[in-house]
Amino acid sequence: MNSELKNIKKLIVNQSLELDCGKIIKDFPLAYETYGTLNKNKDNAILAFHALTGDQFCTNINPITKREGWWTFAVGPGKAIDTNKYFVICANVLGGCMGSYGPKEINPETNKFFGTTFPVITIRDMVRAQKYLLDYLGIKKLLSLAGGSMGGMQVLQFAALYPDLSHSTIPIACSASHSAQNIALNELGRQAIMADPNWKKENSSPDKGLAVARMAAHITYLSKKGLQEKFGRKLQDKGSLKFSFEADFQIESYLRYQGATFVDRFDANSYLYITRAMDYFDLEKQFKGNLSLAFKDNKSKFCIISFSSDWLYPTIENKEIVIALNACGANVRFVEINSDKGHDSFLLDVPDFLKTISEFINSTYNEIKK
Amino acid sequence: MKKEFEVISKIIENNKRVLDVGCGDGTLMEYLKEKQKNDVRGLEPQKNLVQKCIAKGLPVIEGDAEEELAQFPKKSFDYVVLSQTLQAFLNPEEVLEQLLRIGKQTIVTIPNFGYWKVRLHLLFKGTMPVTKNLPNEWYNTPNLHMCTIKDFVNFCTKKNIKIDKSMCVTEEKISEITNKNIGYKNIFSQLGIFLIE
Repeated sequence: MNSELKNIKKLIVNQSLELDCGKIIKDFPLAYETYGTLNKNKDNAILAFHALTGDQFCTNINPITKREGWWTFAVGPGKAIDTNKYFVICANVLGGCMGSYGPKEINPETNKFFGTTFPVITIRDMVRAQKYLLDYLGIKKLLSLAGGSMGGMQVLQFAALYPDLSHSTIPIACSASHSAQNIALNELGRQAIMADPNWKKENSSPDKGLAVARMAAHITYLSKKGLQEKFGRKLQDKGSLKFSFEADFQIESYLRYQGATFVDRFDANSYLYITRAMDYFDLEKQFKGNLSLAFKDNKSKFCIISFSSDWLYPTIENKEIVIALNACGANVRFVEINSDKGHDSFLLDVPDFLKTISEFINSTYNEIKK
Repeated sequence: MKKEFEVISKIIENNKRVLDVGCGDGTLMEYLKEKQKNDVRGLEPQKNLVQKCIAKGLPVIEGDAEEELAQFPKKSFDYVVLSQTLQAFLNPEEVLEQLLRIGKQTIVTIPNFGYWKVRLHLLFKGTMPVTKNLPNEWYNTPNLHMCTIKDFVNFCTKKNIKIDKSMCVTEEKISEITNKNIGYKNIFSQLGIFLIE
């Protein structure tokens, strides 16, 4: 896996970046991938931001994990975000484990892995790092910013930091301030990792803890109705209950599988750092308690999308963003998409959702071409 | 474009900020945006219609006017438009107050329950009127608070709402409502259009 990691695209940012925690970093790697072709005018670029466990490989087969990219349903030739027309850029976030500056990387000062000596990073740090990538690619103004969940938070943060850098802004299934419930759920995952005796041990990883964290998180990405319809009380082996603690129910087996496969592709410390960054995200606080100020004078076309069965980032939290945008007269549209697929809806084949982002991006592009 | 929207778009000057409450599929908004360079926003409770608007590039938010209007700042629009939906709200009085707060001027259109066909229907058939403009039965109509042109004018007087312009649509013809002809217009018009503040 490590040899393949060396072949991925990386920008070494040779400028210094002062992180929110106060630490100044320089010459740090930012791994990224692009899809489609940047046109002559450089006006067809879309920056996609990944969520907690995503990476820069948003579509096609991920060369490292050999699995389909996280946004395969949305991004690709002829898809909602059509790479025949648009140039899609996606970077691995700071703190990630797919080649960007993160706890899995070697600290040049000590020549050892960062691990938990890695600095605490924020959503703002992630976004500021990605701005260097745009500068490197020579893109002065994006067609669109898009992302769901933590990707949506980065979209909001980007819009607040750089109000003139995108024609349109698509935060999906997210929130402007991480809720107590979401902090609690993240803490549950972190505690599972930290309770694993292999955590912080050299040459070992807290796989069991990370798997439990993933299992718990995975439940939050689905809806009660979705789970009930897919699994109900179906048993793993057709027979009867085993009267043991083996995985009797299909849902148990499914979750165990989700946990087991996750540890092969994700770093436990990255999980700690990235969930922390989500918890620290409070755009309202950044603007002294008035979220509207984050979008004041932003001329971008906003399209906020939520999902009816998402209880992790429910419609009401998405609507707070809409309310703040309306309060400052921004160009905003909002729709709640009906779906039983829970928070994960933005990653899945939800036709109404895909149609909405496709038509929105196309109409924005047509308008700037007028 | 229907007569009603013709009248509304004529009232609204170019380059103004307009909020269309209950904007439907965005027909009026699109016209105002493309032909009159208006800076438009829309509010619509039906998801499929909101999606249609987004596809057209229109900034429309999904939501119910009775809950969503409070988020818009005072006098943040030059015009707020409410087309034939006042009668469908649980509390039209409160909605109207919100519209007047948000807009420097407000355009309200109402299906006229004083229209002669409506009157005759009730008089002779003795059942709740069903007409081209009011196609539903009493048990499935979205209209909770029907009023006549006269009712609306009286309401404005009572509430100290200034009527800047009042028009009506009669069999596809547009005319003005005056103090003199209101009794007549209240019988023969299907639709009243009011510019208020």
